[in-house]
Amino acid sequence: MILAMMEPVAHAGPGFWTRLLIIFLTAAFTENILLTRFLGMCSFLAISRQMKTSVGLGFAVVFVTTFTAAINWLLHTYVMVPLHIEFLEFIVFIVVIAAFVQLVEMIIERYSPALYFSLGIFLPLITVNCAILGVSLFMLNKEGFGFWESLMFGFGSGVGWLIAILLMAGIRESIKEDKIPPGLRGSGITLIITGIISLAFIAFSGMIK
Amino acid sequence: MAFKDTPGGRALIGNLWRDNPVFRQVLGICSTLAVTNLLKNTLLMCGGLIFATALSNLTISLLRKYIPKQVRMMVQVLIIAAYVIIVDIAIRAYFPEIHKAIGPYIGLIITNCIIMGRAEAFASKNPAWPSLLDGIGAGIGYSIILIAIAVVREALGFGTILGFALPMRDLWWYQWTIMVMPPGAFFMLALMAWFGNSYVLKSENKGVAK
Repeated sequence: MILAMMEPVAHAGPGFWTRLLIIFLTAAFTENILLTRFLGMCSFLAISRQMKTSVGLGFAVVFVTTFTAAINWLLHTYVMVPLHIEFLEFIVFIVVIAAFVQLVEMIIERYSPALYFSLGIFLPLITVNCAILGVSLFMLNKEGFGFWESLMFGFGSGVGWLIAILLMAGIRESIKEDKIPPGLRGSGITLIITGIISLAFIAFSGMIK
Repeated sequence: MAFKDTPGGRALIGNLWRDNPVFRQVLGICSTLAVTNLLKNTLLMCGGLIFATALSNLTISLLRKYIPKQVRMMVQVLIIAAYVIIVDIAIRAYFPEIHKAIGPYIGLIITNCIIMGRAEAFASKNPAWPSLLDGIGAGIGYSIILIAIAVVREALGFGTILGFALPMRDLWWYQWTIMVMPPGAFFMLALMAWFGNSYVLKSENKGVAK
């Protein structure tokens, strides 16, 4: 159902910038990577307990998805397709993601120790965040994505994840003191709230035609 | 010695119920929850997941003495990725229609926390046979919960089970569109977590009372 909504977008945009804007809005809202595709749930459930850590992880995800989507698109288009080794895409993508995260970690550590300490612990976590690999894999499913479209798709998906975790962290901080049935504490109530947020995000689906 | 008392048997059976990762911690649901609106897709994904968990556990256990500690995460990811590629190619060959619908999610089995978790917690420390059984147990324990979710979602959302219509559907059945859409999966999983947690709390209280 949600895939069908994507159809008009693929044929719509006459202008380059309009098309990029549509890709961004689609990735961030109507096809939110967490709320409609369930990706990145593990770290979402674990980290959303606190606002401060959620912000750190959220921005790290935006950064990494944007660049790994672009790098993986380049590798897929210019290396794997000409050599007919598309079946290796899983291995190539996961290695690219791990290497990129490592590289970013080293660069940040060298040039901005303050940022490294505030972001540091989240970077290794990101390698096993399924949202990052998911963005690269879903990008290949889209027809007619060029380099800029892929970059924008990665950025939009990351922003969508950031929005979802910020909403969740805000709600969880304010229900901390509430009386919740013992069996529902922790993951149970978080999943119910996620379901309600996801219901709200369905309302966006009519927005992009 | 009975089978359930051997190390492998304990690993297999404990994973099914008592230590079931989805029940206790809601871990590793990412990739598979998305395909639970049809039972057929779920069964296929779960089959792939059991295959990948069992064989990657076996391989990692056999190689555990030769993998250097510093790079073991990377090696484990590569071994898992190799098995997931086998699953992907097999599904592409035998079920091309389903592969079109769930394609990207198959690749996401690689980042499933359960496979990595079992590799790190069990296979890297134990011999081959218990590790294989542990992988199968973790895979099946995980599948049971997803299949339960899929049965409910397909029955309420489409009025079918495995594509066959429910008996006398026209008389009583009314479509819950929400069950086909993503929020349905979140609500179902929340119910599962509630059920699992309450069960665990109850048995813990009983233990204290004794």
